[in-house]
Amino acid sequence: MGRKTKNQSNSLVAIDGELTIYTVLELKNRLLAGLSTHEELELDLSKVDEFDGAGLQLLVMIKKEAASVGKVLHFTGHSPAVLDLLDLSGLAGFFGDPLLIVRKPTHEGKPI
Amino acid sequence: MIPDEYLQTFVVECRELLEQMEEALLIVEQAAEDPEIINAIFRAAHTIKGSAGMFGIDHIVVFTHAAESVLDRVRSGDVPMSSGLAALFIEVHDHLRELVNLVAEDSQASTEIDNRGKSLIAQLEAYLGETATDRTDNLAEMPVVHQPKLEREQSDTVGTDHWHISLRFGPDVFRNGMDPFSFMHCLSSLGSIVQLVTLTDAIPAAEAMDPESCYLGFEISFSSDADKLAIESIFNFVRDDCLIRILSPHSKVFEYQRLIRELPEQEMRLGEILVKCGTLTPEELNNVLRVQAQHGDDSQRLIGEVLVEQQMVSPPVVEAALEKQKQISDHKKNEANLIRVDAEKLDQLINLVGELIIAGAGTNLIARRAGMADLIESTATLSRLVEEVRDSALALRMVQIGGTFNRFQRVVRDVSKELGKDIDLIISGAETELDKTVVEKIGDPLTHLVRNSIDHGIEPAELRLARGKPAKGTLKLNAYHDAGSIVIEVSDDGGGLNKEKILNKAIERGLVSESANLSDKEIYNLIFEAGFSTADAVSNLSGRGVGMDVVRRNIQALRGTIDLDSIEDQGSTVRIRLPLTLAIINGFMVGVDSAAYIIPLDMVVECVELRAWASDKGDGQYLNLRGEVLPYRRLRDHFEVQGDKVQRENVVVVRYGERKAGLVVDKLMGEFQTVIKPLGKLFKGEKSIGGFTILGSGEVALIVDVPGLMGQIEHERVIGEITAVAASK
Repeated sequence: MGRKTKNQSNSLVAIDGELTIYTVLELKNRLLAGLSTHEELELDLSKVDEFDGAGLQLLVMIKKEAASVGKVLHFTGHSPAVLDLLDLSGLAGFFGDPLLIVRKPTHEGKPI
Repeated sequence: MIPDEYLQTFVVECRELLEQMEEALLIVEQAAEDPEIINAIFRAAHTIKGSAGMFGIDHIVVFTHAAESVLDRVRSGDVPMSSGLAALFIEVHDHLRELVNLVAEDSQASTEIDNRGKSLIAQLEAYLGETATDRTDNLAEMPVVHQPKLEREQSDTVGTDHWHISLRFGPDVFRNGMDPFSFMHCLSSLGSIVQLVTLTDAIPAAEAMDPESCYLGFEISFSSDADKLAIESIFNFVRDDCLIRILSPHSKVFEYQRLIRELPEQEMRLGEILVKCGTLTPEELNNVLRVQAQHGDDSQRLIGEVLVEQQMVSPPVVEAALEKQKQISDHKKNEANLIRVDAEKLDQLINLVGELIIAGAGTNLIARRAGMADLIESTATLSRLVEEVRDSALALRMVQIGGTFNRFQRVVRDVSKELGKDIDLIISGAETELDKTVVEKIGDPLTHLVRNSIDHGIEPAELRLARGKPAKGTLKLNAYHDAGSIVIEVSDDGGGLNKEKILNKAIERGLVSESANLSDKEIYNLIFEAGFSTADAVSNLSGRGVGMDVVRRNIQALRGTIDLDSIEDQGSTVRIRLPLTLAIINGFMVGVDSAAYIIPLDMVVECVELRAWASDKGDGQYLNLRGEVLPYRRLRDHFEVQGDKVQRENVVVVRYGERKAGLVVDKLMGEFQTVIKPLGKLFKGEKSIGGFTILGSGEVALIVDVPGLMGQIEHERVIGEITAVAASK
């Protein structure tokens, strides 16, 4: 997962550790602040080691918000925890970021 | 065991549906080629089957299913709706009614009923085996109903063999330390999640969003061998604040409809999600929503549009379907505006209004006595309002007579078929309203009259043709309001009554003396006399017979009257006159000496001072009212009131039906709202009093029964004449 090259109006926010119910309150403010000061925002999810429903709906919210104010928001470097849940939720298409989802072999033939 | 109140609702609904079904069947039998009517029959059968299924009343389900299958083929045009098939369905309807009655009585079907059911199912199944081509011989004369394919339900169940789980998590799920996705992992332990759609629609915009509240919802298609209980138990911890719906594999279409209705999202969106989950195929969704449209509001119209956008169906097809849905939903909306109310509650309300009127009259009296202008004014306003409340309360109990009339379509059909006569029933005045208690009691006497008309009134076709009448007989039911009563007419264009035979019979039975000089009308009305008709009298009299006295007694019990007009060879008309209501009336209060009497205001025509006739030396029985002969009676004499005569007596002219009479009273006291209280058994013999009421002062006033009083005056006059004739001999 290579980083993208940045230009001046492009800013990168990295989320470290948990993206869960315990951190969403603080993250909401940080992400909204980031979105308001930049035209284009990149959200690095590679360091997220815990991701839950609360985190997911926060990402949905910020994605919707970006679309509504006409700004560009990308999620990059999805960690395995994020990929897992995105896959389960079926929302990968909603975020529209290029992903490589590796299907776990344990499930009995899970059709898309 | 099913709780009684539900069962009662089931029975009531079934009966209503059966009524609709019968109505539709009778139209169909008359060769009406209307797909909408076939649909109505189908829907009735379908709904009965559905609700019977919900209550686990299996024999009704099985029986209705057979009927429904045939109806489905009729709808699709595979089987033509012949008059023979319609007749079979009428039998099916009768059997169903019987089954429902058994459910209502909580009793078991006898073997006879069982066998009838089996034979009907066999007959129905015969239609299922047949194809349209087998019946080409009949096709020419039969109305063939073609139904657009679109209207056909493919099957009752949905094809998927997966569970469908709908979840809407409550806002506090996260705060309670739970993660919706952990439930998904749990689910995976029971089987496999075939498809999962996360609903993020409920997440609000940035400012309004509380990141610690849960806004998530899920639609899951789930494949598992576990039972419902096991799946449900996963959600035990969140059951209280979550919306959880679990549908088993191959659930019924209507269960999906209910699901779509219950979930918070727009139906259109949900439909798409269900398709996305693979739970429904687009065709099934179409089906679900189409049936859904018959129940619901406007929003589903959008679904049709969406389907067109997705090019699932062509626009004309949808337009046709939407048009149909609109009609149906309009009809449904009308129904939805009705509330079922326990008749007892209404009675209680009317009793209370009655008490309110009496109490109001008391207050009024006190105000007058105190002479406080302000108080009098405010009680006047109050009593106007009370009057309005009274009228609306009474209107609540008013029902149209059309429902009762329509039942006779069936009676006419059955009886005329039995007798081999061809008879048309014409109904008019179906929207005339009258008190529900009266409607309920009028059914039996009316049935009797209708049967009599068909049986004895309308002649066989040959005789009719010989008399220059059309071969098809006509029976008319009519209703209208007249002078505070409702008039119901049953008329036929049959042979009319034979005067001579009736008179001879009456003389033979000693009901009238040979010398009596009776008018035609009096002769005709003799058939209502008790003891006039017996079984043998019917067979040798061409006129009516059995139990006309019973009919009259029933009508009189409702404070009504009955009379008959007849023209020989042209037909006869029976006219029933009933009071509009049995509880509260507008009265006109009059005084005789110190006592007050109430005359129903609707019957009062005018009031004239008796002095106007001071110069007229009559025989004390009749007044000349502007050239009209007016029989009159002093209430003082009639009720044998003691005391001195007053100077200025007044005549209250009352009218009932076509007759008028004058009642002479001492005082005119004006309008008075009258709550009718029935008299006890002790006064049963007193025909001229219809009841009593309580005045504001707490005193009692008697209500004059005008028809009864007129009858009594008439009767005494006849007796007087007979004794006079006897004396002169």
